Amino acid sequence: MAEFFLELFSEEIPARMQAKAAEDLARLLGEALADLQPRGFQTFTTPRRLAIAVQVQAAVEARSSSERGPRANAPEQALAGFLRKHGADRADLREEAGFWVLDRVSPAIAAPTLIAEALPALLRRFPWPKSMRWGGTSLFTWVRPLRRIVCLFDGQVVPFSLHDGDDDGHGLVASNLTEGHRFLAPGAFAVASLADWQAGLRGRRVIVDVAERRQLVAEGVAAVAAAAGFTVVDDPGLVDEVTGLVEWPVPLLGKIDDRFMDLPAEVMQVSMRVNQRYFALRTADGKAAPAFAFIANVPGTDGGAAIIAGNERVLSARFADARHFWDLDRKATLESRVAALDAITFHAKLGSQGERVRRIASLASTVAGLVGADAAHAARAATLAKADLTTGMVGEFPELQGVMGRYYAAHDGEAAAVADAVQAHYLPKGPSDPVPQGRVAIAVALADKLDTLAGFFGIGEKPSGSGDPYALRRAALGIIRIIREHGLRLSLRAMIAAAGQGADVEELLGFLLERLRVQLRTEGARHDVLNAVLGAGLDDDLVRLLARSDAVAGLLGTEDGANLLAAYRRAANILRIEEKKDGPHDGAVDAGLLQAAEEQALAAALDGVAPQVSAALGDEDFAVAMSHMARLRAPLDAFFEAIQVNAEDAALRQNRLRLLARVRTVMNDVADFSKIDG
Amino acid sequence: MSMSTTVPSFQELILRLHAFWARQGCVILQPYDVEMGAGTFHPATTLRALGPKPWAAAYVQPSRRPSDGRYGENPNRLQHYYQYQVIMKPSPADAQALLLESYREIGLDPLLHDFRFVEDDWESPTLGAWGLGWEVWCDGMEVGQFTYFQQVGGIATDLPSFEMTYGLERLAMYVQNVERVYDLDFNGRGVKYGDVFLRAEQEYSAHNFERADTVMLMRHFEDAERECASLLAGDKQLALPAYDQCIKASHLFNLLDARGVISVTERASYIGRVRTLAKACCEAWLAGER
Repeated sequence: MAEFFLELFSEEIPARMQAKAAEDLARLLGEALADLQPRGFQTFTTPRRLAIAVQVQAAVEARSSSERGPRANAPEQALAGFLRKHGADRADLREEAGFWVLDRVSPAIAAPTLIAEALPALLRRFPWPKSMRWGGTSLFTWVRPLRRIVCLFDGQVVPFSLHDGDDDGHGLVASNLTEGHRFLAPGAFAVASLADWQAGLRGRRVIVDVAERRQLVAEGVAAVAAAAGFTVVDDPGLVDEVTGLVEWPVPLLGKIDDRFMDLPAEVMQVSMRVNQRYFALRTADGKAAPAFAFIANVPGTDGGAAIIAGNERVLSARFADARHFWDLDRKATLESRVAALDAITFHAKLGSQGERVRRIASLASTVAGLVGADAAHAARAATLAKADLTTGMVGEFPELQGVMGRYYAAHDGEAAAVADAVQAHYLPKGPSDPVPQGRVAIAVALADKLDTLAGFFGIGEKPSGSGDPYALRRAALGIIRIIREHGLRLSLRAMIAAAGQGADVEELLGFLLERLRVQLRTEGARHDVLNAVLGAGLDDDLVRLLARSDAVAGLLGTEDGANLLAAYRRAANILRIEEKKDGPHDGAVDAGLLQAAEEQALAAALDGVAPQVSAALGDEDFAVAMSHMARLRAPLDAFFEAIQVNAEDAALRQNRLRLLARVRTVMNDVADFSKIDG
Repeated sequence: MSMSTTVPSFQELILRLHAFWARQGCVILQPYDVEMGAGTFHPATTLRALGPKPWAAAYVQPSRRPSDGRYGENPNRLQHYYQYQVIMKPSPADAQALLLESYREIGLDPLLHDFRFVEDDWESPTLGAWGLGWEVWCDGMEVGQFTYFQQVGGIATDLPSFEMTYGLERLAMYVQNVERVYDLDFNGRGVKYGDVFLRAEQEYSAHNFERADTVMLMRHFEDAERECASLLAGDKQLALPAYDQCIKASHLFNLLDARGVISVTERASYIGRVRTLAKACCEAWLAGER
């Protein structure tokens, strides 16, 4: 094995594209060099380079193979077709045992030859999300201008160029030259191997390993924060991004001017993160700290003082803007902003945000009654819920929608439950997000999501495959989580019907139940149990469905349950076969025709169990229903042991089939046990 | 490389940039005499970015953003400000290095400060133009926008240009360490930016938000639109005069927008109308270049 090393040195690659580019490079090289049996891929990215090292065979060995062609006496066209297919001449063929045979020899290919042939094409079709032209007329595109290519096999340059016919490929030719840090170590230098490249760049102030740089970033900001007595607000996404913005991370700490410390903590954090890529800090008691941490790409010839001073000034200007919005926004009440929502389009076919808010308010007061919320508060919160979209702050930072609404509602003197709901009605925004807690917030959150679902289903915009542009799956899952986590007793059908907008109630219910099924499957529920419980779509009360599903799963886990299921299946099979002949057999059992003790015992058990199961189901006590039902197991087993169902006597046979049908009915009241796998 | 250590006044900063980019072979132009929202609208950028002929120019362009008016009360928002614009076609291989050198010229040393190229995809819906590049950051502040033009007027560029835009007031505030734009040292001899522009900001803010006659503006928009189309009709297309009308239409739209008389849906339609004009002008320009 020998080392193959490739570095693509360019102008600054957007941080968010670097990781995917490294994956793509490894995948494409793995394919292109497959014949060299590549092993041990190592990838590296910095803002200015994308690199990979891999162990490969020194050559693809020579191979010979024989291809049997048509029969020697086959028509001429068959032979011509064979030659065309293999690009061979008649003279290349020999005859063997009545067939034409083509001997093919592929010569050995040295690794550098294969690499030099494969790379130009690989680079030309490299899948950047967006790539660009630069310089002259070359049509070779890259994410930003590509400036150098280092390509080494076993320490030697693998020569290739991007020249292609009339296209000069920007004059790019593989070499052994790369560059160090843009400012700290400018200029080109030669490298001979991966290790040499890594060490050479480290000496020239470039850390090429992403994990190492990431650690330097994370530990660096933590250390400067700790030195000032603060902790860093956890933000792995920001650490990743910053890692992709620097080659030589230098952690620094800046101060926040006291005059901004009364801004909402969320506003400060978003402004720092989105505009400046700064890390927000907390004091020991969890409050916003009057300082921020950030990563520079150079240490600064004055030890960083100018860099810190500059960043502090920039942040002051940002906070001054935020303060401007914060002060201006509070001059108008949220209520006074509601009218402006009529001018904001929600969706061309679903009208304005104003119309949407009126629908949600009406729906929220309906839902409020079902979830124990104050209906007037719910309607009020829903009315105000989107009004912050017209504020300057949310215009500047859309991610603060809801958050600002709560602050402004509180400032206006709205009830606390209303203000909380204005923020919390967006929850949960993702699988790791909490659900809203207050009753008013729950009502508005459900109404908001139901309105969205009903609206888009009503205009036929349903999610398909991977396409879900309006995040309807997330809305559905949000509804499911809110209902589950709060144990809310609701008829989804009634709620969907109340949401209106022309949505097909059964279709939307089916969509919600499907999301529930997917969610429960990921939690490890048995698919057959879910089919048995959800299949028919008869129940639209999620809490009851879940209790039922848990009870069925619990029953099946016991020995009684497993045996009962076997007996149920036997009964169902017999019924299926016999009902095809002369069914159905669902009439009342004739007690007078019960001859054997086992028949009488089963009928008695059914008489005892059926009303108890039914009562327990009425009480929604599924565990109790199951335990009653489990009592059928022994008489049913005994019945099958002793009784010939298909008796000679037609009346006896019918009566026994009716007895089994009754077993099936009682059990199917609990769940469709025919869906359970044996 | 020369680095000037003295802190430049506002006008000195412009002179240094002129001297620097002139040394790089740029034609130093004067501002275009039609109101526009950004230096990119100058025909020396929009039109010259198209076609096969090399081109390099630098100029200051007064830029008008009517809705950014703050009656002179905001420390850094203006409805009229200056952009310094550089365009080089084809983009030189050392564009980034040139740019950094230009910052040294005005007193920003990249070893003392933290310079960064942060992803920024530039797009102008009204010009039907886009490009890839970066915001240039100095100590966390955006001190310029660097773009490799890929398309203008809906037409792919023959030779991609390098375009650099410096926001002069913001840059000067940084270099001079000034918190309020009106406190900028304009000439190094006691004249402040506010002495030159404060009254204009107050009056134009009132004009943009309160006084401009919207019926007249709409009429002028339609006039400009009609005139643009008529100058492009027939055999003898007048690309440059037509393009003036396109810029005028764009500025009239910005004024109408500031007056708050354009609804969300109308907005998109106005932008589309200006884009149609820009596209037609670009096509006419290109036809004359080939």
